Amino acid sequence: MGWIGEQIDSIKSLQFRQVLTQAISLGMIVTSALIIWKGLMCVTGSESPVVVVLSGSMEPGFKRGDILFLHMSKDPIRAGEIVVFNVDGREIPIVHRVIKVHERQDTGEVDILTKGDNNFGDDRLLYAQGQLWLQRHHIMGRAVGFLPYVGWVTIIMTEKPIIKYILIGALGLLVITSKE
Amino acid sequence: MHSYVLRANALLTFAVTILALMCAMATLSDNFNSPSPASQVQVLNIYRFQKKRDGNEEVSLTLNISANLQSLFTWNTKQVFVFLAAEYETPKNALNQISLWDGIIPSKEDAKFWIQTTNKYNFVDQGSNLQNKDFNLTLHWHVMPKTGKMFADKISMTGFRFPETYR
Repeated sequence: MGWIGEQIDSIKSLQFRQVLTQAISLGMIVTSALIIWKGLMCVTGSESPVVVVLSGSMEPGFKRGDILFLHMSKDPIRAGEIVVFNVDGREIPIVHRVIKVHERQDTGEVDILTKGDNNFGDDRLLYAQGQLWLQRHHIMGRAVGFLPYVGWVTIIMTEKPIIKYILIGALGLLVITSKE
Repeated sequence: MHSYVLRANALLTFAVTILALMCAMATLSDNFNSPSPASQVQVLNIYRFQKKRDGNEEVSLTLNISANLQSLFTWNTKQVFVFLAAEYETPKNALNQISLWDGIIPSKEDAKFWIQTTNKYNFVDQGSNLQNKDFNLTLHWHVMPKTGKMFADKISMTGFRFPETYR
């Protein structure tokens, strides 16, 4: 009872002005994170500028838990580039390498075939039923940069949500009780 | 004022900042490397050249690839992905790129290689435009860093031609 009582007392003893300051600083943290994310979206032109690698299909280049920075420009897609694409009927985007490109003479439309570096065959089995090629609109972006391990934070948090709640709770408590 | 939590927080922030700075410097240092890779490719034999039932032409060939990519490696290089693509233009398509062979080079010692191989992925045109057609073979490489920006470049080799008749 002692520790909890002290904490409750310390919350009760907070001044209104102090509470307001803390609420504002918490708000600043959240909004600045949002600003950075949206800013990255504008700069890179990709709807998700940062993705976490979830499977080992690109090993040893990209391992599970690595982070990729995406860029979506008007430049044509060429063989060898690592692209992130969405397949109809699949929720999770895939990060694989382009191995074949056929670009139309008149319209500039492209047919793209991809493959994971660590997979034996190409990706036709992953595509929708009967789909032979990816088109431009399937592509979410191309990988331009790489940061190892950092994505484990999000993998752990999505797979063990309880850790996420504990972390958010602890941080919230810290913000409320800290007097600096 | 100087509680343990605050000290731990300051230490963690400092450590993460230094780590991020070191990653940034590592990837920036890649710019000082000016590589001079070399490659030679021969088509030893086009042993199959047919029109498939759906009307698309298919080619099977034997290749002799030699390359020296050692100068691509820096201390921030995790691996180099290298592949050879056939590139040609047809009336329908402004560009066709078909990967014929690829490989992952994990270290500088393996970056000087010689290989004789058949095409790893099937070589199928969209249509039947290949008879007596010129094509390029291009060796592409993608440098994957330990951290930071990825690099890519290529060497294009011209003067290859498909046969006049099916075989």
